[in-house]
Amino acid sequence: MNSTQLEQNFESKLAKNETIEPKDWMPDNYRKHLIRQVSQHAHSEVVGMLPEGNWITRAPSLRRKMVLLAKVQDEGGHGLYLYSAAETLGITRNELIDQLLTGKAKYSSIFNYPTLTWADIGAIGWLVDGAAIMNQVMLQRTSYGPYARAMVRICKEESFHQRQGYEIMCVLAKGTTEQKAMAQDALNRWWWPSLMMFGPTDDKSPNTANAIKWKIKRESNDELRQKFVNQTQPQAELIGLHVPDKDLKWNEAKKGFDFGTPDWDEFYQVIAGNGPCNKARLTARQKAHDNGAWVREAAASYAKKHMSTVAA
Amino acid sequence: MSKDTQGILWEVFIQSKPGQPHRHCGSVHAHDRELALQNARDVYTRRNEGTSIWVVPSNNIVSSSPEDIGSFFEPANDKIYRHPTFYHVPEGITHM
Repeated sequence: MNSTQLEQNFESKLAKNETIEPKDWMPDNYRKHLIRQVSQHAHSEVVGMLPEGNWITRAPSLRRKMVLLAKVQDEGGHGLYLYSAAETLGITRNELIDQLLTGKAKYSSIFNYPTLTWADIGAIGWLVDGAAIMNQVMLQRTSYGPYARAMVRICKEESFHQRQGYEIMCVLAKGTTEQKAMAQDALNRWWWPSLMMFGPTDDKSPNTANAIKWKIKRESNDELRQKFVNQTQPQAELIGLHVPDKDLKWNEAKKGFDFGTPDWDEFYQVIAGNGPCNKARLTARQKAHDNGAWVREAAASYAKKHMSTVAA
Repeated sequence: MSKDTQGILWEVFIQSKPGQPHRHCGSVHAHDRELALQNARDVYTRRNEGTSIWVVPSNNIVSSSPEDIGSFFEPANDKIYRHPTFYHVPEGITHM
């Protein structure tokens, strides 16, 4: 088959909403776009373990500790599903890890913010996982098969994450004056960064045009952001918390909320490496990688010694 | 980049309940069979998703190729008599 025919087959698959699989021909740029998107999604899961991992030793009860451990473990697992999906595109695990540790690849900007109180764990589960769920539900219909299937697995597991976060917020909001204030403070600090998780506005998003054309993305950044605000504001109101947006107002005509503008300067600064925790996150990742080297070496040398490997 | 490796790649197949076929659900890295099984269990069955796991080194999987789909599967296309709907049976027939 010549290249025009390969291209036509690819386009026709997309037009029919059929999935593209690892052995199918695909344009180089489609492959590159996916490698970047899927690997950065994977890095986000793994780096995302850090802000929450910070509170495991200080969870207020055994139940909360068990639950937080399970959540953080899930995030590690999600990263692994996504690294596996990225590898089907022709990049190795070593290259992926290297890209993260050298700063060549990015991860979601939200994880560059610190978890200052226990209420932050509630806010993260409710808002950050909430925003991730919105994005990931949409991505279940993404054109690349392994990515779509990873999304289906992740969506099944993600709903407990959001509930555990919201449950924390509910309990704090109904608690002492100090507890309610702590919950409100966490909401104040995590609201805008969560809105920024959906990426820049559509007109400022350089990758969106290709992502939509190739059916990688099925809804735009602004569409998802609007949905998130519409769904989340009532959840705050229900427990007596206040969304920190003076421009938030119900718009009957569009049956949704009008809301204020995120601080995009802050967004670009954080992406560029100047957020509160960027350095700390990468230092922690590098340390984990270095401290785990003996485990990898031991496993490799045991396998070699006992010849129980199938030829590598 | 160091020579430090993550082990070879294994494809993972999980049987959700006894009697069901094993289904492909993704991949793991490991240096040997025991670790591959344990890693597959840790990554893919945190919620009782499986009663049995197969792991196979990815290099051992042989697959048909998309370019050949047409010609490779062609012989079956015109043999509609392999389907029960090809056959006319009288109205009112039971147990068939």
